[in-house]
Amino acid sequence: MGEFRLDGNAAAGPLREVFSFEVTTAQYSCVGCGRTDRLGAAMVYEVRQLGTIVRCPSCDNPLIRLAHNREGYLVDLRGTRYLTTG
Amino acid sequence: MIPGVSSATGGTSAVAVQPRRLSWQLAEVVEVVPETPRTRSLVLEVAGWKGHKAGQHVDIRLTAEDGYQAQRSYSIASAPEDERLVLTVERLEDGEVSPYLTDVLMAGDKLELRGPIGGYFAWEAKDGGPLLLVAGGSGVVPLMAMLRHRAAVSSDVPARLLYSSRSYEEIIYRKELERLVAQDGSLEVIHTLTRSRPKGWSSYHRRIDLKMLKEVGPPPAERLLAFICGPTPLVEGVATALVEIGHDTLYVKTERFGPTGGGG
Repeated sequence: MGEFRLDGNAAAGPLREVFSFEVTTAQYSCVGCGRTDRLGAAMVYEVRQLGTIVRCPSCDNPLIRLAHNREGYLVDLRGTRYLTTG
Repeated sequence: MIPGVSSATGGTSAVAVQPRRLSWQLAEVVEVVPETPRTRSLVLEVAGWKGHKAGQHVDIRLTAEDGYQAQRSYSIASAPEDERLVLTVERLEDGEVSPYLTDVLMAGDKLELRGPIGGYFAWEAKDGGPLLLVAGGSGVVPLMAMLRHRAAVSSDVPARLLYSSRSYEEIIYRKELERLVAQDGSLEVIHTLTRSRPKGWSSYHRRIDLKMLKEVGPPPAERLLAFICGPTPLVEGVATALVEIGHDTLYVKTERFGPTGGGG
């Protein structure tokens, strides 16, 4: 079961399971380096069937960790200062 | 109180903005169209489909009899203006999902899908251009949706597609691209073949590189919108080269496929 490096876009489906807005066009601010950009431009590491990590392309800080099992979700946002839409 | 916004103290307002839940729905396969030896287009009827933007994708979920589920993302190939939703799927030999979609699925079958998904790797004619689209293999699918949209709305935004395929037979949408170019002076399609080429092939026959991008792409002085889609090494190589040439990273958007081709 490999780990795949993809674009933020690849996490759009799983993230829409927990966010009610389109996340790939939302702006994030990275706790690690302060970079702000659209989540679609961040890097996504996806471990099949287990979860997804969205990382800052500048400093590799994990912005969002999303894991799920049959019972529910774990959403870890400690690497993101804020998300803004619009 | 602003109409449509529920107040914090007023409880739930009936006019509050409803979160748009992304839910699974059933699609019916209307037609399966062979594109190349390894790719098929699935023409789908999706009840209540609310439309999409060119470049977006859907997730497809297959459930085995024992309850095991496998889920993959596939780019939408059709234009928003088209009557039916079309996905083009590449068969991956060790894939869990794609061999079922390309080899087993027939007209009349049902599929579980959700979407449209994504908004970052998307283009609408009103976003303007000039457009530089760079595709590797089945990475052409979301870019084709953009070109079909551009044609459907008779947009005159200049567009160039640089498209890398392994061989002539593996060029997806080859005839349709020829037709589009023939009827549209502001569209150019440049092919490169990386493994084999037919006799008399006069276009590129190597992997996309900086020199090719310099020859094909508009000069950096011209602000362009670039969309790159394909296997990760191609996407990263092209994105790096475009920035090296002097294009602004803000306008270079990428969509990588994983080593399993972004689908499986």
